[in-house]
Amino acid sequence: MNAQKGEFNMIYAQILAGGKGTRMGNVSMPKQFLSLNDKPIIIHTIEKFLLNERFVKIIIASPKEWINYTNDIIHKFIGANERLVVIEGGEDRNGSIMNGVTYIEDTYGLDDEDIIVTHDSVRPFITHRIIEENIDFGLKYGAVDTVISAIDTIVESEDGESISHIPVRDFMYQGQTPQTFNIKMLKDHFYSLSDEQKAVLSDACKICVLKGEKVKLVTGEVFNIKVTTPFDLKVANAIIQENINHD
Amino acid sequence: MINQVYRLVSPRQFEVTYQDFSLQTDMVVVRPTHLSICNADQRYYTGTRGKEVLAKKLPMALIHEGIGKVVYDPKGEFPSGAKVVMVPNIPTEEDEFIAENYLRTSKFRSSGYDGFMQDYVFLNRDRLVEIPDEMNPHVAAFTELITIAMHSLTRFESRSHKRRNTFGVWGDGNLGFIMCLLLKKKYPDSKVISFGKTKYKMDRFSFVDESYQIDAIPEDIAIDHAFECVGGLGSQYAIDQSIDIIVPEGSISILGVSEYPVEVNTRMLLEKGITMIGSSRSGRADFENTVSFYKEYPDVVDYFTTLIGEVQTVTSIQTIIEAFEKDLTSSWGKTIMEWKI
Repeated sequence: MNAQKGEFNMIYAQILAGGKGTRMGNVSMPKQFLSLNDKPIIIHTIEKFLLNERFVKIIIASPKEWINYTNDIIHKFIGANERLVVIEGGEDRNGSIMNGVTYIEDTYGLDDEDIIVTHDSVRPFITHRIIEENIDFGLKYGAVDTVISAIDTIVESEDGESISHIPVRDFMYQGQTPQTFNIKMLKDHFYSLSDEQKAVLSDACKICVLKGEKVKLVTGEVFNIKVTTPFDLKVANAIIQENINHD
Repeated sequence: MINQVYRLVSPRQFEVTYQDFSLQTDMVVVRPTHLSICNADQRYYTGTRGKEVLAKKLPMALIHEGIGKVVYDPKGEFPSGAKVVMVPNIPTEEDEFIAENYLRTSKFRSSGYDGFMQDYVFLNRDRLVEIPDEMNPHVAAFTELITIAMHSLTRFESRSHKRRNTFGVWGDGNLGFIMCLLLKKKYPDSKVISFGKTKYKMDRFSFVDESYQIDAIPEDIAIDHAFECVGGLGSQYAIDQSIDIIVPEGSISILGVSEYPVEVNTRMLLEKGITMIGSSRSGRADFENTVSFYKEYPDVVDYFTTLIGEVQTVTSIQTIIEAFEKDLTSSWGKTIMEWKI
């Protein structure tokens, strides 16, 4: 491990695998465990984070009943690795992040400058650059979101029947992950929310925005897709297998 | 793990493709940090390699000159973060007499096999050579080009006679510069004469003993051995001139690549009993020799810094294209891509 407590900021990664994948349709296991080119999607994602030596720990938040399974596939496809920790996820996305924060605080302690890079387990096409920029901007600005420019026009409808507003597309972006936060800042803001606010705020960056924090943008990639539907999985498998090598 | 590979699909057009790799491997994983563009890459990029070659070799990731840092070594022999130069030649067998870079079974990156333009490069551990931590990364990036000159020197030493009073080096480009510098360091008592075409380029060869433009070579010049670092059609004239002024029994090392066959004055070649030494690419030993050379002669690394031409930060396919385009219009030196994609 490169970083020792006190010498550098501690940089953590958290892979969010708390969801049970209801959008994937009638499948027997959460979407992060489905195979992409004969390997669970979440393994592809974890491997990419393992290759960044700046992370002291990579925390994987999994549904309680899938913790053993997650540990088993890590063991099978990656092997023993002291930088990987599987913990129990929360009720929702922010709950999982907060479980990670609590785990970090209880296990390693928390310093003012420590940051956490949170990433969807089902975005395996993440690149080195996106992770690096999240870390660099996270250390500098305290809050980071990964986005791409909106391709389609975004239409807002408050009643689901007719258009209430069409925002200017040039100002619209689509949110991806990672999202990166100064851990103490995020924690303070999260616990200052009321229960009603917590229920509505599904996005951790939105908490920061509401609390007046500047959230820096990192440019994502169109291919940094979230594999959430059977169609996405087909697309993901197809783009890996199109690969041709001239040996 | 899904690895992004940035391939040239047709002239001036790159696309990202994806390859699945496992970390349960014997290979060492390297994150490229600095990549250097070679003329061979440009011939693919601009499409001058010819339709058949392009149809056969593309899509393919370019670049065979580059350094990186080790991010994963299953055996733990390389410390995490170790700076390494990557060897682009990939031998698949060993031979008692034939060096790895001449075996027909060897693969070579960015020539029919994916080069270093990737998110991570997976390499066999013998394809990495550690470089000094404090070394200028922009120079280290084009180490492979220096190994080409180093390799030809090793061949020259074992194949030529031992009188080495005067060397002649043809070519005023990057390789000519490197060749002159290596000769001057390895044989400090010998005279190194450079022969070139373009005055302002030749002015950069401040360390040579004499230099002449190829249309104004004095009649009384004689050399013991010649090095041709010209390539293309020009190599014909360079070889011709070297045959003319070489002392009998000398050697001519040929390093420049020409797309088409060139004519050689075999009559004089025979009459003078000249040894021609072909030299192409390099192998692991040449990388090791070159890195030792850096350590032994730190001042040489300073000279090499004058070969750094354009430096382009690469974060997207658009900036890759900008780097290649800048390189095409650059009149001197190597174009380095700071690989931050």
